[in-house]
Amino acid sequence: MKHSIAIEVNGEAWALDVEPGEVLLDVLREKVGVKSPKIGCETGDCGACTVLYDGVSIRSCLVLGVEADGHEITTLEGLSHDGLSTLQQVMVEMSSFQCGFCAPGIVVAAHELLQQRPDPTREEVQEAIAGNLCRCTGYDPIVDAVLEAARIGPGDASQGKGP
Amino acid sequence: MTIASDFDYRRPATLEEAVALLAGCDRPLLLAGGTDVIPWLRNGLASPGMVVDIKAVPGLDRIEWRDGAVHIGSLVTFSDLIASEEVAATIPVLAEASHTVASVGVRNRATLVGNLCSAVPSCDAGPALLVLDAAVEVVGPDGQRGIPITEWFRGVRRTSLGPGEIVTGIAIPDPGRHGACYVKLSRYRGEDLAQVGVAVLVRPGGESRVAFGAVAPVPFRAPAIEEYLAGRALDDDTRAGLAPLVDAAISPIDDMRASKEYRYHMSRVMLLRGLAAAAARLEGGGPPYGEQVI
Repeated sequence: MKHSIAIEVNGEAWALDVEPGEVLLDVLREKVGVKSPKIGCETGDCGACTVLYDGVSIRSCLVLGVEADGHEITTLEGLSHDGLSTLQQVMVEMSSFQCGFCAPGIVVAAHELLQQRPDPTREEVQEAIAGNLCRCTGYDPIVDAVLEAARIGPGDASQGKGP
Repeated sequence: MTIASDFDYRRPATLEEAVALLAGCDRPLLLAGGTDVIPWLRNGLASPGMVVDIKAVPGLDRIEWRDGAVHIGSLVTFSDLIASEEVAATIPVLAEASHTVASVGVRNRATLVGNLCSAVPSCDAGPALLVLDAAVEVVGPDGQRGIPITEWFRGVRRTSLGPGEIVTGIAIPDPGRHGACYVKLSRYRGEDLAQVGVAVLVRPGGESRVAFGAVAPVPFRAPAIEEYLAGRALDDDTRAGLAPLVDAAISPIDDMRASKEYRYHMSRVMLLRGLAAAAARLEGGGPPYGEQVI
């Protein structure tokens, strides 16, 4: 039986009909059309599908679309709609990623960290992205970029609007 | 990938409604955080007729003091426990154990009670709640009851929860002044299941409580070790006498995460480290809660 749900995605209201078995990740990608949350492990281990759900990071592969009724979702697209954030800009400059598959999840996870802890330690950055698997870089250029973005602070990068 | 299993989804607004839904359905599955339930639905480990989402039931998301106990509702997440001043002040070992669970994005959603209900042998909540003498509070067709945590785990993925029952929360009696430690061994820092988990709680007067996870079909308390430790100073003789007691208490297996022999060895080491940290914490010193002792 289909359920009617109302969700907000990156500030935009959506009214959708979903089957109970449809996972939020698929609803976002196929029905809303945001493609930054990636389909990786689908067991919650890889973090490629990370989105903000009422402001906190979650695995969108571990939530049913029907559960999300009445909730606000922010994806990478919602963090960068005014141009790249400071964090993203620094990641570009420091070549933090190679294939980029993990990037949307890591940016969202690191964004949440910088919101909560504007001046994190290296260990706190590592913990914040410990659930986001990157198979290219060995993590160092990613962690370096998050620390550099924290050092610069929100709003100081050339075109950023804050981490 | 859409979940192939065909089920009905319901989100009751009250506990009474939830209990009534469970009573009227032959294959219900309760949903809270969903971090275990959704994978089970996807891989076919669960194929319910109805998924009953309890997230709209009011009052289950609280951590509160009542009748001399800390009550943790069944919608309280691991991130809630880590952030709770109440938990930090009274039962910090629960925050310490919560911090070792999976990753931030999973802890933001996964609940303490869900971890208990999944009842996997390596569940991090088990050893910590065992040394805290917790009780699992349930409501069902026959009313409310409390299940001591020592009687909760019945086997791998099996609990004492009866048909039609819902866990509403966990009650932890005030442990008073104490020192405690949860030691988790995993293959790397970051998200991994426990290869061994050891929880220790010591109180003034020489009482020690010890529990293990991931080294038997269920997390369990070790009364023989507790009796041996009662009133003894943690000197070299006492420490030497612990090894055979640990070996007798645990029954680890070989699996993809560790060999049986490694688990035996590390269980002995981790118990000593946990006892030393708990004893130091009792006296106001030792490593801060959350700092790894292994």
